[in-house]
Amino acid sequence: MSEHKVFMIFQNTADAQPFISAFEQENPRATLDYQPGMVRIEGLGELGITQAVVSELAGRDVNLQELHLTLISLSGNIDEDDDYFRITRH
Amino acid sequence: MAKKLNMRKRYELLTRGLGWEPTYQPKDKVFAQEAYEGIKITDWSKWEDPFRLTVDAYWKYQAEKDKKLYAVMDSFAQNNAHLNLADASYVNALKLFIQGVSPLEYAAHRNFARLARQLSGEGAQIACQMQSIDELRHAQTQIHTISHYNKHFHGMHDPFHMFDRVWYLSVPKSYFDDASSAGPFEFITSVSFSFEYLLTNLLFVPFMSGAAYNGDMATVTFGFSAQSDESRHMTLGLEIIKFLLEQHEDNLPIVQGWIDKHFWRAYRLLGLVAMMQDYFLPESPMSWKEGWQIYFVENAGALFNDLGRYGLQMPKYHEIATAEADHISHQIFGTFYNYIHAAAFNLGLPSEAKMNWLSEKYPDTFDKYYRPRMEMWAQMEKEGKRFFNMGLPQLCQVCQIPMCFTEIAKDDPMQVSYRVSEYEGEKFHTCSDGCKTIFDHEPEKYVNAWLPVHQIFQGNCGGAAVPDVLNWYHFHPEDGGDYVGSADEARWKAMKGEAAAEAPKTSQADAA
Repeated sequence: MSEHKVFMIFQNTADAQPFISAFEQENPRATLDYQPGMVRIEGLGELGITQAVVSELAGRDVNLQELHLTLISLSGNIDEDDDYFRITRH
Repeated sequence: MAKKLNMRKRYELLTRGLGWEPTYQPKDKVFAQEAYEGIKITDWSKWEDPFRLTVDAYWKYQAEKDKKLYAVMDSFAQNNAHLNLADASYVNALKLFIQGVSPLEYAAHRNFARLARQLSGEGAQIACQMQSIDELRHAQTQIHTISHYNKHFHGMHDPFHMFDRVWYLSVPKSYFDDASSAGPFEFITSVSFSFEYLLTNLLFVPFMSGAAYNGDMATVTFGFSAQSDESRHMTLGLEIIKFLLEQHEDNLPIVQGWIDKHFWRAYRLLGLVAMMQDYFLPESPMSWKEGWQIYFVENAGALFNDLGRYGLQMPKYHEIATAEADHISHQIFGTFYNYIHAAAFNLGLPSEAKMNWLSEKYPDTFDKYYRPRMEMWAQMEKEGKRFFNMGLPQLCQVCQIPMCFTEIAKDDPMQVSYRVSEYEGEKFHTCSDGCKTIFDHEPEKYVNAWLPVHQIFQGNCGGAAVPDVLNWYHFHPEDGGDYVGSADEARWKAMKGEAAAEAPKTSQADAA
């Protein structure tokens, strides 16, 4: 796995919280940088979340494409399916 | 019972096979723009959409985004939330935004509609259609959000008219016109990759975070709402580059040339954002240089490392842009300080606290090169000798920015940088090796540039005197000049119940 940086940036809102927490929980090496109104989640080589964890955190069945509502930016190659979302570097 | 299809399969079934073979016209006539740039496409079905977003999901999420945004805008207006701003001088950033950025969103809307028609692959057509609708949404939501400020402050009354005429707005306009007048593949490389993927984070992320920091929740919301579409646009930019390079090896030098050119064009345009970031926000969460480090140096470095397997290299002159990160916001601020009587926003010298922040963020350059200049100007103002430049500046033939950049790469930051090219017996001036290289590659294009200063001298801009030109721009006398003593400052103080400032001494009318 590459050690080059990938990141996801979310609005720092209640709607984004299950996604932010899932990235934090499922990527122990990730760092979170809080700036006014937003949070940047940075990882080395890869960052990923699963539908099960996001749903558990939200307390309801979440469609991972809902991340489009609060996503601000990202960097990396996207790989997505119903049960996971991942960005990677080659 | 049939097993539920996974996302990839569902997406394929919903988005592929939507095209058809034309029967009463040959395909190369139906898609007449697809070949002349020299790009070779052998199989459009190899196109991979980065996000598997079907049209029904697209409409659902976009509607949701707009609902949230308009709820914020409504409550912002009902609560007169502009009164919660850190300071009204912040609004000047919004003025430059509505004058210089929103018209680009609209131009992008038109051009992606063009691409949806001119590219023959269905995957690319659908991505371009969605982006075209997104860009129209951005222009509309920006106009709606900023219309609230237009009720209370100056300079935001006619941005689309200004965009076509005003000297400093010819910088964003000429960049976009350059891309728009190119073929479909150059346009998408320029806007989706060089601008959106490499650089747009610098416009929307730290700047919108700055809006949050300064109490402007309406702008934060439209900014981040627009940026949520931008994630999709950036990935389109990345996809188009990978797709072109995978299709044919002959595409590599063409694509590399476009990336080099449009990186530099877009970077020069973002010099305006550098000034906004460092000088327009009363409270800044991040300097231009810090943003450049995170969003260009680290991010683009990792990206080009990925793309290296296709033979693609970092854009030409990227190391100069990085070296200039220590300088350009100060240099562009200095230029606007000299010409603020001819702008439709207000500006002022940085306070002592702001200068200390700049010293801290720019330890190698601010105290050495720029603070002494600011202090001298402050002294001159104090003595009643506020300096306005009444001459018209030499503009770069390519980026159209006044010649204010210096020889950073040659380690001579006090020497103004200019380059000269000759074409058909005439001389043409550019601001840098980056812009000169672009000119020399397509001189027949850039000799036709509509340069605001040349046009004024040729008598095409409403008259010979400054007020005539400003009137032709649809500027009002109270739109420009120093912030201190401006109509906006007086109004802000009245709204906040503070004593009004003295009568304006440095409006454009007085300066002229």
